[in-house]
Amino acid sequence: MPVLMASSRRELDSQQFPWPILLAAPLLAVFLQAYLPLRYPRLDVFDLPLLVVIYFSVSRRSPIAGTLTGAVVGLLQDGVTHQPVGIHGIANTIIGFLAASIGLRIDVDNPVTRILMIFIFTLVDSFLYLVIVRHLIAEPLAWSWMHQIVRAAVNVALGLVLFAALDRTRLRG
Amino acid sequence: METFLERYKNIMVLSAVLLAQFLGLAMQVRTSAARGSDGKGVRLLRYWVVAMMSPPEKVMSHTGHGARGFWGNYIDLRHTRDENQALRAQLNQLRLEQAALLEDAKQGHRLQELLDFRQKYIYATVPAQVVGTSGSDQSRILTIDKGSKEGLKRDQPVITPDGIVGKLVEVFPHTSQVLEINDQTSGAGVLLEKTRMRGVLRGNAYGQPQIINVLPDDRVKPGEKVVTSGGDQIFPRGLAVGTVEKVVSDPDREPYVDVVLKPAANLQHLDEVLVVTQTSDQLPAAVQRDLAKSEAAGAEEMEMQRASDILAEKLPGLQDPNAPKVEATTNADGVDLRPLKPLPAAHPDRFSPSEVRPASQMTPGKASVITSSARTNELLNEGAQPVKRAKKPAVTPDKAPDGAISTDGTTRPDATTKPAPHQNQESFIIPGTATGPDRPLLGPEKTSAAITPAAGAATREQHQ
Repeated sequence: MPVLMASSRRELDSQQFPWPILLAAPLLAVFLQAYLPLRYPRLDVFDLPLLVVIYFSVSRRSPIAGTLTGAVVGLLQDGVTHQPVGIHGIANTIIGFLAASIGLRIDVDNPVTRILMIFIFTLVDSFLYLVIVRHLIAEPLAWSWMHQIVRAAVNVALGLVLFAALDRTRLRG
Repeated sequence: METFLERYKNIMVLSAVLLAQFLGLAMQVRTSAARGSDGKGVRLLRYWVVAMMSPPEKVMSHTGHGARGFWGNYIDLRHTRDENQALRAQLNQLRLEQAALLEDAKQGHRLQELLDFRQKYIYATVPAQVVGTSGSDQSRILTIDKGSKEGLKRDQPVITPDGIVGKLVEVFPHTSQVLEINDQTSGAGVLLEKTRMRGVLRGNAYGQPQIINVLPDDRVKPGEKVVTSGGDQIFPRGLAVGTVEKVVSDPDREPYVDVVLKPAANLQHLDEVLVVTQTSDQLPAAVQRDLAKSEAAGAEEMEMQRASDILAEKLPGLQDPNAPKVEATTNADGVDLRPLKPLPAAHPDRFSPSEVRPASQMTPGKASVITSSARTNELLNEGAQPVKRAKKPAVTPDKAPDGAISTDGTTRPDATTKPAPHQNQESFIIPGTATGPDRPLLGPEKTSAAITPAAGAATREQHQ
């Protein structure tokens, strides 16, 4: 476990990104999430917007920025669904806050950390979604935890590639 | 105070953002419960998001469509000529089949009018291209590139030639959102084709459409077709929905079961869809023209068939009494592949047509009608009784006697009979003959060449 924790000041520094990347990446993630399943329906198991929220939240290490990033991306996701606006918004807001809070304590560049982080946050996001839909707005929702575990595993694989690609956009201090 | 705010600012921001969203969510649920649709604020947010996402989606979609179209329409044209010929042949065949079914359809319409039943036909559609999805496996939404400017309205049905897709839930000026039938919040009235059971269709967690709250019934089998019932006032009656895939028990609502369907339309790969913008009691003019064309083609085919049968009567030698029997065949889907034309003779008749005199020359009570046949004499001696038949109309297909004997010496079970030139002619009831114990033996003039498809179908059922 100590391996996963930040061991140097450098590992705890917040990462800076060019503002076009901060603006375009979430939008591109929401767009691809809406467009790709049209051509490849199986790709709807991915959650690109959630991965982007996790990445920017843990990298910037600012709970407020993470909260706002999660809220904006979640509301954009809700806009293209038929569900009430706020379901993904609330879930992603909480994920953004938690990811940024954890990013203050652990080494987020470590691949093992990333695997655990993405897996757990994806499951937490699913749990929040379930609670909101089934218990908060009381809509019928069939659920399979096995499907959610598979979904989390698939997102881990995508997340590792995506995080490595986004690492290249960081501003070098 | 400053320290408190500084210390808890993260939590406070989080709480404020969450509180705002919770309040918004509560208001939406309340509004949609009261109105059945989103409020203005939510609709505005959706509009902005869709307006932001749809231009690049349209560009990507049209680019891909254009590239595929260029390849398919200008480059990859191998086998097009053969395919064209095959399609023409298929079209002709379908025209004949359509003509054959037209009579049944007309009869159905007459009965519907008698019952004051109003059938809705799809009168006008708007083709649209699918440019996006919701991106979530919990919300089955499609975005199409047509909106209110093209005449679309909320709740209009969206279909493909294969089957129904969903209905419009949000209509913006240039785009619309379609709620697919496999979404968990969708609902459509459906009808099982064979068992005539009605139900409500909606999606399950795995994106499969299913009929919910169905009482267990052994008659519901996989493969049964499901069509729209028209009860939801959205989808016109009789559109294909899918086929039954399996029946599963519903653990939450015992003893009800859910009937899981395989959708007729390929919901996973939709490129183009049709939005039904207008329905009518009358068939569209184009369809009426097409039906008239098919009817004419069918009449022409019937005329040719009749002419060939008359020729066969005149030249009985052209008929092969030992023609092979056509076996009943069905393909893997259970579709009957047998032709609509009448089946060949089941077995050769014992009476030679050349030895039978025309009905006009027959005399009631005289045994000399078929005296040249030793076998007939034998039968007559066994108790043939002449029967005077009163004026009798042509035998209708559903009343056609089994085993009507044709002039070519063969039994034609599916032949209907025309009125004979002389209605008051005799016929003989010969007990124990091939025509049955108490059925009239028909003379050559009474055997008709007019074969109706309905009669053929009736015969096929008899054969089965």
